[in-house]
Amino acid sequence: MAGGRRKKNFLRKLYSFSCGKASLDEDHSQIGGPGFSRIAFANDPDCFEATNLGYPANYVSTTKYSLATFFPKALFEQFRRVANIYFLVTGCLSFTPLAPYSAVSAILPLIIVIGVTMAKEAVEDWRRYQQDNEMNNRKVKVHRGDATFDDTEWKNLRVGDVVKVEKDNFFPADLLLLSSSYEDAICYVETMNLDGETNLKLKQSLEVTSNLQDDSNFRHFKAVVRCEDPNANLYTFVGSLEYQDQQYPLSPQQLLLRDSKLRNTDYVYGVVIFTGHDTKVMQNATNPPSKRSKIERKMDKIIYFLLFSLVLISTVGSIFFGIATDDDIENHRMKRWYLRPDDTTIFYKPSEAAVAALLHFLTAMMLYSYFIPISLYVSIEIVKVLQTIFINNDHEMYHEESDKPAHARTSNLNEELGQVDTILSDKTGTLTCNSMEFIKCSIAGTAYGLGVTEVEKAMARRKGSPLLYEPDVEEEGHRDNNKPAVKGFNFTDNRVMNGNWVNEPHADIIQKFFRLLAICHTAIPETDDESGKISYEAESPDEAAFVIAASELGFQFYQRTQTNISIHELDPLSGKTVERSYRLLNILEFNSTRKRMSVIVRDEEGKLLLLSKGADNVMFERLAKDGRKFEDKTKEHMHNYADAGLRTLVLAYRELDEDEYAVFNEKFTEAKNSVSADRDEKVEEAADSIERDLILLGATAVEDKLQNGVPECIDKLAQAGIKIWVLTGDKMETAINIGFACSLLRQGMKQIIITLESPEIKLLEKDGNKDAIFKASKESVIHQITEGRKMTSSSDSQSFALIIDGKSLAYALEDNVKNLFLQLAVTCASVICCRSSPKQKALVTRLVKEGTGKVTLGIGDGANDVGMLQEADIGIGISGVEGMQAVMSSDVAIAQFRFLERLLLVHGHWCYRRIASMV
Amino acid sequence: MNNNGAGSSSGSGDASPARRNSKRPKYSRFTQQELPACKPILTPQWVISVFTLVGIIFVPIGVAALLASNDVVEIIDRYDAVCVPQNMTNDKVGYIQNDAIDKTCTRRIKVPKDMNQPIYVYYQLDNFYQNHRRYVKSRNDGQLRDRSKENDTSGCDPEKTTSNGVPIVPCGLIAWSLFNDTYNFTRGNKALTVNTTDISWKSDRDHKFGDDVFPKNFQNGNLTGGKKLDPNKPLSQQEDLIVWMRTAALPTFRKLYGRIEVDLKENDTITVTLKNYYNTYSFSGKKKLVLSTTSWLGGKNNFLGIAYLTVGGLCFFLATTFTVVYLVKPRKLGDPSYLSWNRNTGGH
Repeated sequence: MAGGRRKKNFLRKLYSFSCGKASLDEDHSQIGGPGFSRIAFANDPDCFEATNLGYPANYVSTTKYSLATFFPKALFEQFRRVANIYFLVTGCLSFTPLAPYSAVSAILPLIIVIGVTMAKEAVEDWRRYQQDNEMNNRKVKVHRGDATFDDTEWKNLRVGDVVKVEKDNFFPADLLLLSSSYEDAICYVETMNLDGETNLKLKQSLEVTSNLQDDSNFRHFKAVVRCEDPNANLYTFVGSLEYQDQQYPLSPQQLLLRDSKLRNTDYVYGVVIFTGHDTKVMQNATNPPSKRSKIERKMDKIIYFLLFSLVLISTVGSIFFGIATDDDIENHRMKRWYLRPDDTTIFYKPSEAAVAALLHFLTAMMLYSYFIPISLYVSIEIVKVLQTIFINNDHEMYHEESDKPAHARTSNLNEELGQVDTILSDKTGTLTCNSMEFIKCSIAGTAYGLGVTEVEKAMARRKGSPLLYEPDVEEEGHRDNNKPAVKGFNFTDNRVMNGNWVNEPHADIIQKFFRLLAICHTAIPETDDESGKISYEAESPDEAAFVIAASELGFQFYQRTQTNISIHELDPLSGKTVERSYRLLNILEFNSTRKRMSVIVRDEEGKLLLLSKGADNVMFERLAKDGRKFEDKTKEHMHNYADAGLRTLVLAYRELDEDEYAVFNEKFTEAKNSVSADRDEKVEEAADSIERDLILLGATAVEDKLQNGVPECIDKLAQAGIKIWVLTGDKMETAINIGFACSLLRQGMKQIIITLESPEIKLLEKDGNKDAIFKASKESVIHQITEGRKMTSSSDSQSFALIIDGKSLAYALEDNVKNLFLQLAVTCASVICCRSSPKQKALVTRLVKEGTGKVTLGIGDGANDVGMLQEADIGIGISGVEGMQAVMSSDVAIAQFRFLERLLLVHGHWCYRRIASMV
Repeated sequence: MNNNGAGSSSGSGDASPARRNSKRPKYSRFTQQELPACKPILTPQWVISVFTLVGIIFVPIGVAALLASNDVVEIIDRYDAVCVPQNMTNDKVGYIQNDAIDKTCTRRIKVPKDMNQPIYVYYQLDNFYQNHRRYVKSRNDGQLRDRSKENDTSGCDPEKTTSNGVPIVPCGLIAWSLFNDTYNFTRGNKALTVNTTDISWKSDRDHKFGDDVFPKNFQNGNLTGGKKLDPNKPLSQQEDLIVWMRTAALPTFRKLYGRIEVDLKENDTITVTLKNYYNTYSFSGKKKLVLSTTSWLGGKNNFLGIAYLTVGGLCFFLATTFTVVYLVKPRKLGDPSYLSWNRNTGGH
């Protein structure tokens, strides 16, 4: 034991020496500026510098109170209520001789009321503490020096520790991935606890550390990690690794987040970077926003009113008391002799009537304390908890497939549900189920795919014409009988299916098209060992739909390694299935500003290919002059697809020559390796430089399926007089079509469309004069709004629908225009805002809430709806596919949009009535 | 992994654990809010018939109550001012506080109607605040009940002890200010006996005032309040005290003095010889002597009857109004077009 300690001390000296050297280096490095100052000494948490940094241990406490702070803090919380303060004051006074009754009867109710609420707090906190405890005491293998890994509790981890996490275990802290059981140091991570997404995410370590695959490698492992300060952003990470005197850039690819789970990988090694409350997941934890219902606010007002009348009564009473007391002795004669006013204490002394009156005032305040209904708060609490239980237990709001009941996260908004005036809804994942089906495509100017979308059906219904596509539907049904339907694939066209595409006129383009679908993605194949079937874990349902479609059509993607993508594909010449693998050189990732993703691969012949897919507006402007052969046709098809409520993507490719690629690669790597705030911009710039002169292949169309019962639900809500606004990021045509599909827009409705797509504005945009654009756009928006106002005020029998796009919305939300806009919007039965950003969603919500003063309800499922949910009076999260962020910030979580009907019309109604009749 | 869990449990061939694993809420009629409930809907027929019914019930009750109240014969005689001798009317307080002056006063009362026994004799005081906070609290119930607590005079301020510190029984302002006027009734030459027993609550006699507690040091201070008590009679038998100690809630109150257990005929003249001891002059209160018979509803009180009649009449009125409105301008029950938002869009 003693020997071991001495050895340790000795080691520590050595470490501190080496660390000192490291810190010298630090002075020369560029990072370390504000916001990027974190340093972790890998495998060396004991060294002098590391202990000096004072990073917290990995102990996580989510409790509100500690043993010592519980009483003061909880009491403080309690006494923030006016009524409680009042009762405390009277309680204190009741110990004085002023009290008209005994002290116990004044203090007891207060103690009971506060005791009950505090007990509730305490129990909740105790549960949290136990959860924390369980979490903090989980075991993980940590490097103890000498290449031995010992079990230790999570809470003992320090920044810089090297840990080994085994399959199906949670990561104890935010780790930097060093290596895994795989050769190429990849690992699969399930982030269900973070964002609710059940798909596996691929993480990969730097190549330099990927060989550290054994315990023994860590005997002399030393590295320094510099990175950003703790923050709440789950999807960004900027840092660098200094290893063997070389700097390597780090990206989110190498970061394993606490509370996510290691899957499909036997073990990984990692360095602890963020511990305890510094971890991203803890930084993300926010308390549910405290919203107060109208009834509660009203009750506060009533309490104030009661308090005021209490003071008034007491004042009047004490004035009269003073007068009467003053009268009691007149000319040394007692008037009311039976009270013995000659022999009194100060409380009744006629000679000091003013003081007596003042004291009487205090007594009266206590005496009339029954004015303030102290038990009301408790009773309301209890009733609300019961109501929450009713909501949570409602079978009719339980979703069988996802196994999710409704969940009311805050109990104080129950009765507001019955008072909702405006619903602001997201589209994707809320109205639609966010599961995509590959339905149509347009390749080389030819449209394929005969499926009928729901929007088309709705449109056909709307026109009153018999279903044009009826025979096809039957045929499809017939086909489905023969072959089990594949989820996410609803494509029927004999021209391309079963390998028939070989005989089509543009077979080579079709081949490229599907090959692109099979290669350009970030999905991970998972082969079921028994059946040999391959399922895909993709980041977005669109991607999954594409990969599935490609594999159904003969381009089966079956293996992905760090550097290779392998597919089975049909060789048009021999007609046989061949295996081909493509060397993956770069992935230019998708994000919402780029609206496109590309991969650069080298095929087996050594050709360099840039494969790209993206939104139409960004893609068409990047096409090469000779790549626009099918542009018009494709555009036309895409327009049709959009009309049919489909999501479209443009596919294009380009062959690169070696020099060009070399230039790009250098630029791109440099950008990726830079560790600074503008790194993202640099990467984007580099990507931008290569994604040019593309050759158009075609376009895909996937259907965004409506959730069950959405049209009926919206219909009922509209009947109940609730206005529904849809705020979506989709294109206007798609939004309008979805609007029709879910009966938000009806045939008789007059549509007022506000857009900036007019020719004049476009002309101005080409000129590029920003001020002019701004001025003209604003004028145009104002003009359109006033026109709309005129229309709505002139005819009163018709109902109107307002459709506005994101650009116009930006102008319409400006201070001087927004009231005008609101006036127009409230006269319309339904409002659709398309192409709107999350910020705009929140702004619109605030506008409605503050402009109309009515209760607003926000409903959404994605991270982009969080602002809206928090801004609205009630936020409802759909616990669907897009992650848990919306649910985390919501007040009530439901599984499907259609449950909204029951939640609002049944539970809201009940809750409001019951609370009202109880008060 | 959801699949995993479901797969393993279904593999075991047992459906119930699978069900428990799911988050499906448990079924009960309470949580699903399916318990039978009854909620009356206020249809016009319902409302009208309920109002009519209430009217039909209330009006006869009101009439009966009024009749009963009218049957009660009540004689009220105010004597506080009349009993002051002519020469003292400017100094009533001086008169009442002067022990040397004889306080005897004679009143003649004519009986307006036949009065059947028992005839209750009350005294009525006016502007006397028995409900004053200091007054009400100035007593000690323990002392009144229990001999062993004789010395317990807490709460009895300022009539706790005599000037030399001996506890007073019964202590407190209430007992101290006991009403001390006395009445003697004669009809013709014959005295009418006034029964002064059994005028207090039985529970008070049995439980609140002890039969072994005797007045001590009572009214011995330098300021005498009211009546002196017989120190040889236990408190439970001092019924006038018991009646007095049950304090009145209003400044005008009657307290029972006794009962005359003889019928009085119309036009009988009753002579009341009273001792006008009690000082109401300093707080300008009135003193009245009240003789009253009772009916099944108690004493004379028109209020109850009037209240019943008013409510009943109102119900009849509403019932007829509703009937008229219903007949003249009927509207469909539960028609959503009457809802405020529907009306707004439709009406504009």
